[in-house]
Amino acid sequence: MKKLKLPLTSKEIKELHAGDSVELTGVILTARDCAHKRIKEMREKGETLPFDIAGAYIYYAGPCPAKPGRASGSCGPTTSARMDAFAPDLLDAGLGGMIGKGEMSDKVREAIVRNQKVYFAAIGGAGALYAECIKSSRCIAFADLLSEGVYRLEVENFPAVVAFDCHGASIYEK
Amino acid sequence: MRTLDTKIIEDEIYRLAMDAGVCLTDGCKRAMYAAAEAEDEGAAKFALGALCRNFELAESERVPVCQDTGMAIVMLEIGQEVYLSGKPLAAAVNDGVRRAYADGYFRKSVCDPLTRVNTGDNTPAVIHTEIAEGDRVRITYMPKGFGSENMSRVYMLKPAQGADGIVDAIVETVKLAGSRPCPPVICGVGIGGSFDTCTFLAKRALARGVGTESDRADVRDIERRALERINALGIGCQGFGGKVTALTVNCMWAPTHIAGLPVAINIQCHCMRAGESTL
Repeated sequence: MKKLKLPLTSKEIKELHAGDSVELTGVILTARDCAHKRIKEMREKGETLPFDIAGAYIYYAGPCPAKPGRASGSCGPTTSARMDAFAPDLLDAGLGGMIGKGEMSDKVREAIVRNQKVYFAAIGGAGALYAECIKSSRCIAFADLLSEGVYRLEVENFPAVVAFDCHGASIYEK
Repeated sequence: MRTLDTKIIEDEIYRLAMDAGVCLTDGCKRAMYAAAEAEDEGAAKFALGALCRNFELAESERVPVCQDTGMAIVMLEIGQEVYLSGKPLAAAVNDGVRRAYADGYFRKSVCDPLTRVNTGDNTPAVIHTEIAEGDRVRITYMPKGFGSENMSRVYMLKPAQGADGIVDAIVETVKLAGSRPCPPVICGVGIGGSFDTCTFLAKRALARGVGTESDRADVRDIERRALERINALGIGCQGFGGKVTALTVNCMWAPTHIAGLPVAINIQCHCMRAGESTL
């Protein structure tokens, strides 16, 4: 088990290999289907995004509302493959990496290698466990999308597995 | 004629929804513990262990076991000797769902199919009604997540393809889904009927629960053969590789046309949540 602080250094990225179990601590931003569509449309129109893509780690997730007194509701990953069409462009624009669940396309894998970044798989269905790792949650964009908005999460010891590493390997390849 | 106020149905839907959001079914929990035990050391065993801790935590803290608290699937078998009084049945069901998703702090995941604007309260529920014998109302409640729903398929097989063709279709569906539906999965399979009835049967088959088998020998044989071949695929928990890719294959059947063999495979992730009640 490797304990990592986000953002990762290029040395740390090079030392990660598909299949490695990790625990992440730092800031991640949620974004899923509707938020990605909106980010793409804003970028195409040349509009300024309400948050910085460069260096950001996107978590493909849409949380439950938080119960009173808790930082976050249940918040496990959603299926990453639905974001296949968006991820390469964002990686080329400087995205730090992604966290989701399940395999992504070859184009995403190539973009990970090209930009020397990492795609982490969180454990799908472990929503309650992930809520415990979230120390703060704040909607920073697209609040009208409700759970599909962009939430800035501070996470501690967030368990994940390296799915695509910067060397081109994938945990899903048999 | 027995009179039943739909407010009683609403309150029961609320109770079932509140429980289903935070608890896996007992059969599913047992299968997950067994899977965690059976798997060899590695990422899949690590994930299965975390998932078992997750459903224990969710149940004790009364928080959603998965953030995808699903679309509310409600199956009602209404005895023909029951008179339903009070507000319209669909309104009662939706009011029960709406209250549970607010009070349970569940995610509201229902939206317009084209504009994608969220309805804000997780309604409408998917409501199936059936007229049955007697003077009771039987409710089956199942919140259905869509990471797995998206991986479901319908096959219009040729009659000559028979049981082997059905097994092939089930295995192909799980193989194509790969890591995406949160394996280990549960397969609900509807065999026969028409294009529409086989999909409903597949959903019904999911509701039959983990750890059950068909009472018909040749159908049971399809279930067992499909499960064995699926678990030989090596996809494993979360697609991390391993022995357990499916927890169960549940098949239900109905008579069909001489020219056809419809087969629907409804995929459910390892978060099997459901409840039943008879009023």
